[in-house]
Amino acid sequence: MVSPALARKLEDIALRLREHIVADLIGAGKVGHLGGSCSSAEIVAALYFHKMRHDPRNPALPERDRFLLSKGHAALVQYAALALAGYFPKEELKNVKCLGGMLQGHPDMTRTPGVEANTGSLGQGLSVANGMALGLRLNGSKSRVYVLIGDGELNEGQIWEGAMAAASFKLDNLTAIVDRNKLQATGAIAERFEIGPLAPKWAAFGWNVIEIDGHDVNAVVKALDEAETVKGKPTVIIAYTVKGKGVSFAENNAAFHNGPLTAEQCAIAMGDLAKLRN
Amino acid sequence: MSTKSLRTAYGEALVALGKDNKDIVVLEADLGKSTMSILFQNAYPERFFEMGIAEQNMASTAAGLALTGKIPFISSFAVFASGRAYDQLRQTISIARLNVKVCGSSSGLSDYGDGSTHQSVEDMAIMRAIPNMTVLVPVDAVETRKMVKAMVAWPGPVYLRINRADLPIYTSEEGEYRIGKLYTMKEGKDAVVFANGVMVSKALEAAKALEEKGVSVKVVNVSTVKPLDRQAVIDCARGCKGVVTAEEHSIIGGLGSAIAEALRGETGKRLEFVGIQDSFGTSATNYEELLRHYGLTTDAIIKSVKQVLK
Repeated sequence: MVSPALARKLEDIALRLREHIVADLIGAGKVGHLGGSCSSAEIVAALYFHKMRHDPRNPALPERDRFLLSKGHAALVQYAALALAGYFPKEELKNVKCLGGMLQGHPDMTRTPGVEANTGSLGQGLSVANGMALGLRLNGSKSRVYVLIGDGELNEGQIWEGAMAAASFKLDNLTAIVDRNKLQATGAIAERFEIGPLAPKWAAFGWNVIEIDGHDVNAVVKALDEAETVKGKPTVIIAYTVKGKGVSFAENNAAFHNGPLTAEQCAIAMGDLAKLRN
Repeated sequence: MSTKSLRTAYGEALVALGKDNKDIVVLEADLGKSTMSILFQNAYPERFFEMGIAEQNMASTAAGLALTGKIPFISSFAVFASGRAYDQLRQTISIARLNVKVCGSSSGLSDYGDGSTHQSVEDMAIMRAIPNMTVLVPVDAVETRKMVKAMVAWPGPVYLRINRADLPIYTSEEGEYRIGKLYTMKEGKDAVVFANGVMVSKALEAAKALEEKGVSVKVVNVSTVKPLDRQAVIDCARGCKGVVTAEEHSIIGGLGSAIAEALRGETGKRLEFVGIQDSFGTSATNYEELLRHYGLTTDAIIKSVKQVLK
């Protein structure tokens, strides 16, 4: 069971991640990937602030669990989590995408403490996670690998190469999470490029499949715990989410996949998030 | 002159190095019997991963293995290693300088029967254009073996372009291979031929024939295409009136282009390229026939040397 205190803590962190995304990482008059960052806030909060073993003072801790953001355009939510966890000062968040800054438009392990790999060319993160899981197994490590994949990203053929490989190599130290927010850059997935039912696909590829409400922190934590107990196959958590979650005008609105925020919209967004806190 | 398979030398080198270095792992995309990575599978099955016919997944998986401290070697035909997996080599591996070693096997026209889809005329250009990538083209089996050892010691991504044929052995067993060094195969003072791979032997034959006519030709084996020591190229060409490059590759973006880039600003020298003239490969019944078809011959090098000395 997830304790009420843990649930409250993770809900609070997810809200703070969204506030950093709106106020610091995008900000008035600027452009940023609001939608897909907000849809995965509870998942990222549960990983960094509950599930994963990691040490912000020692990002290279050998025993750490690994998190890969295959949907690298949602870097904002990862940057917010890393700053909140203490990998770097929160003041850095305002310098995202600035020339010479440590926070690039997409995750860059060479610049940002806590980022495990360069991702963002879509479809590749699951394969990288597979390689990490194989390497950790060879090293006799107990560490787990978590990879967050977008549902639009499932269009990429390499995802399914990776899905076959993870099952073939029986990577039970790997958990994939699909952020099923049902929108891609140009609109609704169902209208742009229908990809059909997901759970049967992953099951047919040999994965243990768990479906959850990706904004219910209790469900997220329980799914992550369950994944750890499944032996002999990898687990995928299909997390049903809302793109832009928490920001009224951005929810389920593809315009905020990577749209600009006006000063007024920023204020409304912060007001929406403040209401959720109360 | 004795000949040996470069592919076998590659597989044998992996086995020899893998004995003591347990970090070496090998991934294959169902071509292990051609690339000869199968030798590593036979020796250390627990460190060999058959990835199926999925080169993109293989490359990204290698990235993940490198991130856990492994030294992954991935092998495929050169056309697929450089083309099919290009984005994977660029994005996750090269930007972060991950320690992934790529073997582009059956390179150039050496897979003569399989035709244009399986022959690589542009892989050197593609790999050379990626920042942080090192590009090696061995001349023979001995150099291949030494190169694999140097690759293990060299941090970051490396592309190794391996010919399918058994080639004459020109290099000595003595010493180690130094990545970035230009190897002079024959001294000369009138013209210099920069060549690599199978074209080194054509260049040496051309130099011998020209020597009999009183023309002194230096032959340099550019087995490291990148990083290319610009000053060393200039020094090699010093005193020579003409420069010729010879490569089993398109003249666009490969060795000729690299030498031209290095010699930019050097005046008083003429330059000619021997290579494939912006076209794809085609099937043929043997390798030499195909090399002749594309003008990758001793005669073509002789003609080019005469041209630059006019």
